[in-house]
Amino acid sequence: MSIKKFMYLNRRSSFGTVYAIESLEVVLVAAAFDQDVSLAFIDDGVYQIIKGQNTNGIGMKNFSKTFHALGDYEINKLYVSAESLEERGLSADDLMPLVYEDEDDNWEEKSSVKVVSNLEISKIMSKQDVCFSF
Amino acid sequence: MKISIQINEGPYQHQASDTAYQFAKAAIEKGHEIFRVFFYHDGVNNASRFTIPPQDDRNIVNQWAELGIKNANGEPELVVCVAAALRRGMLDESEASKNGIDGNNIHPAFRISGLGQLIEAGIQSDRLVVFGD
Repeated sequence: MSIKKFMYLNRRSSFGTVYAIESLEVVLVAAAFDQDVSLAFIDDGVYQIIKGQNTNGIGMKNFSKTFHALGDYEINKLYVSAESLEERGLSADDLMPLVYEDEDDNWEEKSSVKVVSNLEISKIMSKQDVCFSF
Repeated sequence: MKISIQINEGPYQHQASDTAYQFAKAAIEKGHEIFRVFFYHDGVNNASRFTIPPQDDRNIVNQWAELGIKNANGEPELVVCVAAALRRGMLDESEASKNGIDGNNIHPAFRISGLGQLIEAGIQSDRLVVFGD
């Protein structure tokens, strides 16, 4: 099977609608297909990977821990919009420390998260074969 | 061109399924192939055979069914995500009996399958077009 570049655009916050969790479900299934996978977090999507999420008060399943598994599935290109963070009074320090082990570099643990400008994200998007928007 | 479609919103509430249908119909008329239509999120509700719109309105479910998008084995390529469908009360005969439910509501022009079908559609098609917000 040929390898294509798949990008998942996450534009909504974790809770309030179903899109964030159902996007993550697609990403995890896609991992089995050995494609080139990237995730982008823009607009309220940046809230999906904020650290310290706690859903006790709203009775929802806290699926944020699942993002830590992405590195094990070799999904390690997570792009976060710098503008979207700034508009919400957030910074890179507010994000979960999501990492992967680089097999090409003696299994060194590296960050999967890159904060980039919207212009950068649009450049990356233009190089994709398939963009899913959630 | 080989095109696949993903629909993320339910019928009547949102334009997504209507627009996707118009797009699919136009693409087929232009000689393109619709490889697969994948219904996800509330989009799974587009597959209910119990849908009864008022007589002077379009029937979204039947419109999709009449496009007759099938694979080489004659199976429908209108694919409904199983996890999204089950949590919204959308069942075919097999899922109903598996879960001990005494009825099923998936229109026979559609079939239930997994998210892998969506990824495969992305791999196999020249374009994957997403309809929804």
